[in-house]
Amino acid sequence: MAKVLVVTSGKGGVGKTTTTAALGAALAQGGQNVVVVDFDVGLRNLDLVMGAERRVVFDLINVVQGVAKLPQALIRDKRLENLWLLPASQTRDKDALTDEGVGRVIAELSTRFDWILCDSPAGIERGATLAMRYADEAVIVTNPEVSSVRDSDRIIGMLDSKTVKAEKGEQVKKHILITRYDPMRAARGEMLTIDDILEILATPLLGIIPESQDVLKASNVGSPVTLNNADSAPARAYVDASRRLMGEELAMVVPVERKGFMDRLLGRRAA
Amino acid sequence: MDVRADPTRQLVRLRGRSYVAFVFSPAVPIVDWLSEIDATLARSPGYFVGKPIVLDLAAVDLSGPAIAHLVGSLNDRNIRVLGIEGVEESRLAANMPPLLTGGRACVITRSEPVKAEEPKEEPRPKPTSLLLESPVRSGQSIVFTDGDVTVLGSVGSGAEIVAGGSIHVYGTLRGRAMAGVNGNSSARIYCQKIEAELLAIDGYYQTAEEIDVSLRNRPAQAWLQGDTMKITPLN
Repeated sequence: MAKVLVVTSGKGGVGKTTTTAALGAALAQGGQNVVVVDFDVGLRNLDLVMGAERRVVFDLINVVQGVAKLPQALIRDKRLENLWLLPASQTRDKDALTDEGVGRVIAELSTRFDWILCDSPAGIERGATLAMRYADEAVIVTNPEVSSVRDSDRIIGMLDSKTVKAEKGEQVKKHILITRYDPMRAARGEMLTIDDILEILATPLLGIIPESQDVLKASNVGSPVTLNNADSAPARAYVDASRRLMGEELAMVVPVERKGFMDRLLGRRAA
Repeated sequence: MDVRADPTRQLVRLRGRSYVAFVFSPAVPIVDWLSEIDATLARSPGYFVGKPIVLDLAAVDLSGPAIAHLVGSLNDRNIRVLGIEGVEESRLAANMPPLLTGGRACVITRSEPVKAEEPKEEPRPKPTSLLLESPVRSGQSIVFTDGDVTVLGSVGSGAEIVAGGSIHVYGTLRGRAMAGVNGNSSARIYCQKIEAELLAIDGYYQTAEEIDVSLRNRPAQAWLQGDTMKITPLN
């Protein structure tokens, strides 16, 4: 039975698309059949981050509207043969999505894949609500900032009320993924702490992704960070997160500032 | 669908119009088929009353008198036949419903007749309190004007609770809490940790800026003394 996982946040720019690509690749590396679906109709990005932008022919809207068949729109990843992309349309907008159409596509994908990762657009409108509509689980991507945390809180409320599961009286399994965590700023008290965030959101933590140039570099070359530089700190954090999604219990690693030799020599300025 | 016949003399205008009718297709033996109809009527009496019914006799071979008897039997059950199809016109007597042709199938949305109202129980007394067992998330608005609201969990920033009575939050109150909205000035607001954006009782309010910083992050209660709002630590 396929698991439908929505990657959502409310706020824009927190790393939903990066996370979808990285978790999708990490799950596929773990042997799962994975499809990542871009719900950001009109502002698609997932194809770029996955490095498949030059192979898009048909898209989600075509499939929803019955213009194309699902196998025509699915794009297989060049690096992992069990990782697939269903791109969004860039020329349409979110009104082209219908509830029944999305339900049909998800149902069809469920017969072929183990994991269906839905990359939600920012906001709380049609695109975001339809991305979460059929979810079994949700990864709420949060930056350690008050605005992001409050938007995540709002999204959790919607996951508990607007999804098919919620309407049936069941619960969407929710996970918090903290991204762009900067240990240096955390040490200086310039960011919300992990404990603050979890206290406000009252939802279990899936992982902490440190702020890193590796994420940006990977996006720019069109590769999920877990594939582009598997040894980097963010890649390892994403792989851990994907293993937790698979049900493994791993100790949570809170990124810490790595002190260089000079820092140790000249750690503190005397008063 | 309106089809207008060309008027030859402005006097009589003929219009065609199509309607939806239920089609009965009787099967032999007719007696058994009629008892099926009776069973339907027993489940929902009056189901066919006032509905246009057409008899399709294509599946059976009935003589003229047999058709007359069938129409009569249906009439006895208060089912009036509008027309008959699937039979030679010669078998229909002049006093029988007319022959219909050219019918097309369509979907009928069944509207079940309203069941006889069950005797109503005594109206239960309205609940005077509302218990929420999960956190109230940003953007959610809980309005309960009949009494107290109790939240087992936090109230998120950007969420609001409106209560006719008091508000109890077993968690952090980060959003807005408005108590005593029906003019109940003795309503109070209690919370385990106060970080509220706004507190209001009976229309008197304080915003986060006006709440004493020393109270923040502590258990507190708010109540009205005359027209000033008092906020004090709970322990």
